[in-house]
Amino acid sequence: MNLEFTPEEVAFRKEVREFIENNYPEHLRGVGAREDLSKEDMLAWHQILGKKGWSVPAWPEKYGGTGWTPTQKYIWSEENARMDTIMPLPFGVSMVGPVIYTFGSEEIKAKHLPGIRDGSVWWCQGYSEPGAGSDLASLKTTAVRDGDHYVINGQKTWTTLAQHADWGFFLCRTDPNASKPQEGISFILADMRTPGIEVKPIKTIDGGHEVNETWLTDVRVPVENLVGKENEGWTYAKFLLAHERSGIAGVARSKRGVEKLRQIASTELLEGKPLIKDDDFLRKISQLEIDLTALEFTELRTLAGEAQGKGPGPESSILKVKGTEIQQRLTELTLEAVGHYGHPYFRGFPEDGSNEFPIGPDYAHQAAPSYFNMRKTSIYGGSNEIQRNIITKMILGL
Amino acid sequence: MDFNFSDEQTMIRDSLARLLRDQYDFDTRRKVVGSESGWRPEMWQQFAELGLLAAPFSEEDGGLGGGSIDSMVIMEEFGKALVVEPYVPTIVCAGGFLKHAGTPEQKSEHLEAIIGGERVFAFAYAEPRGRYDLNDLETTAKKAGDAYTLNGHKAVVVGAPWASHLIVTARTSGDRRDEDGISVFIVEKDAKGVTTRDYPTVDGRRASEVYFENVSVPAGNLIGEEGKALPLIERIVDEATVAVCAEAMGAMGVAHKQTVEYSKQRKQFGIAIGKFQVLQHRMVDMFMEHEQSISMTYMATLKLDEDEVTRKKAVSAAKVRIGQGGRFVGQEAIQIHGGMGMTDELAVGHYFKRLTMIDSEYGNVDFHMRRYSRLTGEDQAMAAE
Repeated sequence: MNLEFTPEEVAFRKEVREFIENNYPEHLRGVGAREDLSKEDMLAWHQILGKKGWSVPAWPEKYGGTGWTPTQKYIWSEENARMDTIMPLPFGVSMVGPVIYTFGSEEIKAKHLPGIRDGSVWWCQGYSEPGAGSDLASLKTTAVRDGDHYVINGQKTWTTLAQHADWGFFLCRTDPNASKPQEGISFILADMRTPGIEVKPIKTIDGGHEVNETWLTDVRVPVENLVGKENEGWTYAKFLLAHERSGIAGVARSKRGVEKLRQIASTELLEGKPLIKDDDFLRKISQLEIDLTALEFTELRTLAGEAQGKGPGPESSILKVKGTEIQQRLTELTLEAVGHYGHPYFRGFPEDGSNEFPIGPDYAHQAAPSYFNMRKTSIYGGSNEIQRNIITKMILGL
Repeated sequence: MDFNFSDEQTMIRDSLARLLRDQYDFDTRRKVVGSESGWRPEMWQQFAELGLLAAPFSEEDGGLGGGSIDSMVIMEEFGKALVVEPYVPTIVCAGGFLKHAGTPEQKSEHLEAIIGGERVFAFAYAEPRGRYDLNDLETTAKKAGDAYTLNGHKAVVVGAPWASHLIVTARTSGDRRDEDGISVFIVEKDAKGVTTRDYPTVDGRRASEVYFENVSVPAGNLIGEEGKALPLIERIVDEATVAVCAEAMGAMGVAHKQTVEYSKQRKQFGIAIGKFQVLQHRMVDMFMEHEQSISMTYMATLKLDEDEVTRKKAVSAAKVRIGQGGRFVGQEAIQIHGGMGMTDELAVGHYFKRLTMIDSEYGNVDFHMRRYSRLTGEDQAMAAE
């Protein structure tokens, strides 16, 4: 056990840093990920990484993965967080991609993996339904075989960024007579331009449009869009959720967030002195940083286990719960730090783009919307209650 | 000891609740908040007709002879309906300054118009670098002849886009953080040299940045004694603080109730999610937070007229509990609603947002915890002497 970086790892960090500094699009620097960016901007870095061969580091090398060690992946995340890069979206790279290369046929791999790697195809996730959230297995969307096609009918919800999606992956019920709800579900891909698919925006409390309702009415997709075996979809769905969880901790981004919070607290004043000099506030930042360190080392232990061939197991639920709690706390403290200037609402404002009378410091503009938006993190990807149920059942054996 | 409301207070509550139920439902509010002006002057008129704007003023001042308890009753109902109209700035703040320190001329000039619903005020006290400290003022007022000249910038002045008049705190002498040398003025918003930058707030109201550039204010617009206004300002802000505590207790109650209702209807794993003990206990905790917020708001309201230290401790204690309770209730309400809680469509998210923002009005949890601790420390230091 040791924490030293080897000379090779130090050299790797230098290489990565230089690559990012030389190649990250100028106009996106300092912008950060936001749902109101154009599709082109959101994909820009993904496409650059695709050309470099770094867009899917976690995949097996034969499918385009980099074969990096856990330490290298850790360095990679840190260097990207340092520059606030807009990383490849998870729906292709971390969700459907691994399902396809693990369970898909050679044909389906050949058809879909390249577009995920190079960032030319935008994916969205059709899991949740209005009546099937935490209880995902109660989903009602059906896919009925009709010759060489499945005909899909149903409604999906919380389809993140589906407004831009080229393809979607959908959990559909293919055997309505199965004895258990988890049985009889299939994992089916659909071109989002297929007639019968309608995407409707859901406005969220932060004022943004990030999620959608996706309505499927007599949507005909070719049977070759089925991933793996018919009625085995639940296994793939669970595999995907465990994969999603392992990336969800967001340690490097949160560390960067703490750095930014420190900067804000050094600028903001309390009783005429920098807020960060206030013991009460400093303690809250310290607590956050200590919690983040605990998460970081828990994640490193998990990654080290994965490197030795242990797949992401129920432990990844710890990363999801603790990671999201920290992300939420970070936005909460940022909102607290900006004081009165958390109140102004800036979406689409000022309409004329004029900044003749700036309204508070720039760092305050997103403080409240970010805090509101981040409440989603303990709800999505299997709510934190569900994660605790997983630990209860799978680890505690209760 | 008596925690009952008077017949008049009960009547105000009932008639206001009826009005809001009929004309301030969530969809109507959404339309109003999204409209160009962002409020309904005609609703303000109805508030005037119901006597809400007269309730906390004495009969000599043209009011109904009530006080802070009446404001509390009104604010709780406003909290339940997420009312955006500027009751706190106009009635509690501007009305409070006039009531406690206005000259007969100032009262006759403004109180009748306020009570009649014809004149709306905003309270410009916060500054970009002052955080919640009422004495941290860079806005200056220099006396020249029979007028003062104001210069400075006030931050996030809630309700200012709707107001014709402002109450402005400014420094007439001393250094930026001195407690001495602070004065209060009535300033007409259309006075020469006043510029505003209006914007919406994240919780559905409107506010402005207000800039003063060599604004001439007649000496007759000074409220109270020149340079000695800090205790007066603190008193008014304490009254405003209790008013938003009452608003928060109303909002918390609804957020809790909607969550319990949702948990009865929403089924997962074949049963209503309200049957899960892990959620039940959290909804019980929300209930307890709401109950304690009611207790603290009553306590602070009843102590508003006591000596300064008692009043400040009571108000700070209440604001700390309301800040903490509001955060807990708001966050749990969203979490238990799940994805639906994140949608703009459901009301619960809007209660969450209002509860969040109330924490940073008139001093947040840390500010009031610090003020409470210092006052307690002073008590004990005196006892030790």
